[in-house]
Amino acid sequence: MAGNTGTYLIRGASLLGGEPGDLLIRDGVIAETGAGLTAEGASVIDAAGLVALPGMVDVHTHLREPGREDAETVETGTRAAALGGYTAVHAMANSTPVADTAGVVEQVYSLGQAAGWVDVRPVGAVTVGLAGEQLAELGAMADSRARVRMFSDDGICVHDPVLMRRALEYVKAFDGVVAQHAQEPRLTAGAQMNEGEVSAVLGLTGWPAVAEESIIARDVLLAQHVGSRLHVCHVSTAGSVEIIRWAKQRGINVTAEVTPHHLLLTDDLVRSYDPVYKVNPPLRTDADVQALRAGLADGTIDVVGTDHAPHPSEHKECEWAQAAMGMTGLETALSVVQHTMIETGLISWADFARVTSAAAAKIGRLEDQGRPLEAGEPANVILVDPAARWTVEPAKMATMGRNSPFKGMELPGKVVATFFKGHPTVLDGKLNTPYPHAASVGAA
Amino acid sequence: MKHLLSTEDLSLANAIRILDTAEEMAAVGDREVKKLPALRGRTVVNLFFEDSTRTRISFEAAAKRLSADVINFAAKGSSVSKGESLKDTAQTLSAMGADAVVIRHWASGAPHRLAATDWIDAAVINAGDGTHEHPTQALLDAFTMRRHWSRLAGTGSEGADLKGMRVAIAGDVLHSRVARSNVWLLRTLGAEVTLVAPPTLLPIGVEKWPCSVSYNMDETLEQGVDAVMMLRVQGERMNASFFPSTREYSRRWGFDDNRLRSLDALGMKDTIIMHPGPMNRGLEISAAAADSPRSTVLAQVRNGVSVRMAALYLLLSGDTREPAAPALAYAGTHSTKESN
Repeated sequence: MAGNTGTYLIRGASLLGGEPGDLLIRDGVIAETGAGLTAEGASVIDAAGLVALPGMVDVHTHLREPGREDAETVETGTRAAALGGYTAVHAMANSTPVADTAGVVEQVYSLGQAAGWVDVRPVGAVTVGLAGEQLAELGAMADSRARVRMFSDDGICVHDPVLMRRALEYVKAFDGVVAQHAQEPRLTAGAQMNEGEVSAVLGLTGWPAVAEESIIARDVLLAQHVGSRLHVCHVSTAGSVEIIRWAKQRGINVTAEVTPHHLLLTDDLVRSYDPVYKVNPPLRTDADVQALRAGLADGTIDVVGTDHAPHPSEHKECEWAQAAMGMTGLETALSVVQHTMIETGLISWADFARVTSAAAAKIGRLEDQGRPLEAGEPANVILVDPAARWTVEPAKMATMGRNSPFKGMELPGKVVATFFKGHPTVLDGKLNTPYPHAASVGAA
Repeated sequence: MKHLLSTEDLSLANAIRILDTAEEMAAVGDREVKKLPALRGRTVVNLFFEDSTRTRISFEAAAKRLSADVINFAAKGSSVSKGESLKDTAQTLSAMGADAVVIRHWASGAPHRLAATDWIDAAVINAGDGTHEHPTQALLDAFTMRRHWSRLAGTGSEGADLKGMRVAIAGDVLHSRVARSNVWLLRTLGAEVTLVAPPTLLPIGVEKWPCSVSYNMDETLEQGVDAVMMLRVQGERMNASFFPSTREYSRRWGFDDNRLRSLDALGMKDTIIMHPGPMNRGLEISAAAADSPRSTVLAQVRNGVSVRMAALYLLLSGDTREPAAPALAYAGTHSTKESN
C-alpha cells in the first residue's frame, strides 16, 4: 500500500449512522478509531452531522471506453463515481472492442489506474463479442493484471441454456461469477417499455416481466445444478424478487442487484415519450417498485448497482423508438437510495453500507473494498451529509452523459468527501485530486 | 388547442367543436368553388416518415381548400445513422416558416416529441404515429357516425354527441392506432364500444380501457350494434403466430357475407359498416360487405377532408392559438394541453 497519501483526522462523524467518533487516516489505512483522537500534522475535518461510510462499490457501470469516448471515458466516468461516493466500479464489458480478451480488460484496468479516482475492475464478456455463441477466454481474463472475477454479456442475455450452464461451470475454476442480464430475447423482440397498462395506451411494444423472470428461474436452477455462483443484474420486477427469494431459501448461491432508478421511477413517466426514461430493463409499475424496495430491505436483493449508462445527447433527442436505452446514475445513486430506502425507514445507514459497499465488494471479490471502518482497514471511506438537499442538474455533472431521469428532482444527501486508499478524491463536495497513482503502480 | 396529438386528452367540448366546424367545411365542399381564403399566407407541411398516400392527399386537399401553402416532405428513413434526425428536420421546417406540421411517423410518440420540445414552434397535427394514435381518422369516423346517428334521431348533427350508440371495432387492435383513437374519442362522445378480436391481437392492459372486449364476432352482432368498424389486418401477422391462417382469421373475425346477412336476419337495418381503408377484401371484410349500402367507406374518405380542414382551421386561425408553451411532458401528465 502506498505511503504518501497524507494524514487526515475526521472528527465526530457518525460511523455508519451510529455514535459519533473520530477516524484517523494515515498512509492509506484507517490508523485509529475512537473519541478525541489527535495526530501531529494531520488535516482535520470537522465531520459533525456527517455520516461516515465505506466507499461505495458499483457492481454495474458503463464507462464506454474503449470505443465510445463521445459518451464517456474512464476519466470522466470515474470522476463521476468519486463525486457519487464510490471508491470502486465494475466496468461493463460492452465496449468497442468488447472486453472479451485479457488485452482489453488490462487496457481498461490501466486506464482506471492512470485516472486514479476509483478502483476500476473490468467485467469480462462471457461470450466472444457478446455474440452468445462461444465462450470468451474467461481464464485468461481472470489471470490477467485486471484479475477479472465478474463476467457478463450485460446488455445482452446469455440466453442459450447450454452456454449459460458451461459459463457457470467454468468460472468455478477461479472463483468467478456470471452476472446475467436476464432478458428472454424472443419475448422482447422490438421491446420499448414495460408491457402493461401504459404500453397498451401508448402503442409501444411491450417488454413483459415474464421475459426477465423466466430467465432468472432457469438460471438459479442451473446455478444449483452445477454448484456455481450467479449474479442477477438489475432486477426489475416483483416476480423476479420472489424467484430469487425462493432460490436463496433453497441455498442456491445467487446474488442480485437493483438500480436506483428502479427503486423510484415507474412506467407512467413514459407517457411523456421523453427518451430520458428509456432504459433496459424498462421502468416498471409501482407494485414492482415496492417489491424491489422490500427485497432490498430484507436481503433478497444484495446490492444496489447503478447501471450508469451515459449516452451522447443525439441518442436521446429523437423519437422514443430511435433512442438508446440507459440512464446515468453514479452521481445520484446515494441520494436516490437515501430517499427511497432510508427516509422511508426501510433500511439504516449500516444497511446502506452493506448494499452499496460490503456486499458489492464481496460479489466482485475486491478484498480492499467494502471493509469495516476499523483500525488497520484500507481507508476507502466517504462522508455524507444526510441533511443536505439538492436539485439534480445533469449539465453540472462530471459524467459526460446528460441523460439523468432525475433531472429537476430535489433529492436528499450529499457526498462531502471521498477517501480512496487514504487519499481524498473529493473534498467539500468537490473533486480534489486523483490518487497519486505513480506510487501505487505495482502495488495492486 | 395548440396541437392535435391524440384523442385521449381531447375534451368533449373541443371534439364537438371540431366536428361542428367540419360540418361547416363540408358545406364548402358542396359548393361550386370549393375554396375558402381562411389560411391564405399560412404554410402547412405534410411531414411523412411513412408512406400513406391517402392520408397525405386528404390533408393536402384540406389545406388547399383553406388556401394554405402546402409543402409535402416525404422523409423516409428509419435511423439516425441513415439520415437526418427528427430534430434537424423539425428545425429545418421551423426555419422555413412552417405554421403547421402534419406528421405521419412509424414511431409512436414522434408527434409528441415535436410538440414537447423546442425544436419547432408550429402547430403539430398527428396524422398517425406508430401503433399509438390517429386522431383525425377517429374524428372523421365520429363525424360519419354522428351524421348517421343524428339522421336516425331525426335531429341535426350540430352540437350532437354519440350517446347510446353501440359501436363494435373488430380486428387487429394491438397494432392499430385507429382503434386506440376511436376508443378514446367514442368514450368522450358517449358511445358504447366493444372491441372484437382474437386475444393475441389485443394489448395486455386492454381491460383498463373504457370499453368491453369480446372474442366472438357473432355474439357481439347478436347483442345489437349500430356500427361495425373493421380494422385492416396484415396477412403477415400470421407468420408471427398472431393467428393460424388468413382463412381462420376470416371465418372467426372477418365481416363476411354470412355476417352481412345476419344483420338483416337480426333486424338491424340501420347498422353501418365502416373501414378506415385500405381494405383487404376477402380477409377482414368481404366484397359484398364493402360494397353494400351499409358501407360508409367512401363517406369516411369524403368526411376526412372536412375534418382535416376543421382541424387545420381551428389550430391556425388564431383565436385558439396559445402562446408558445414550454415542454409539458412530465411524470403523470400528458404531453398535450387543451386551452379550453
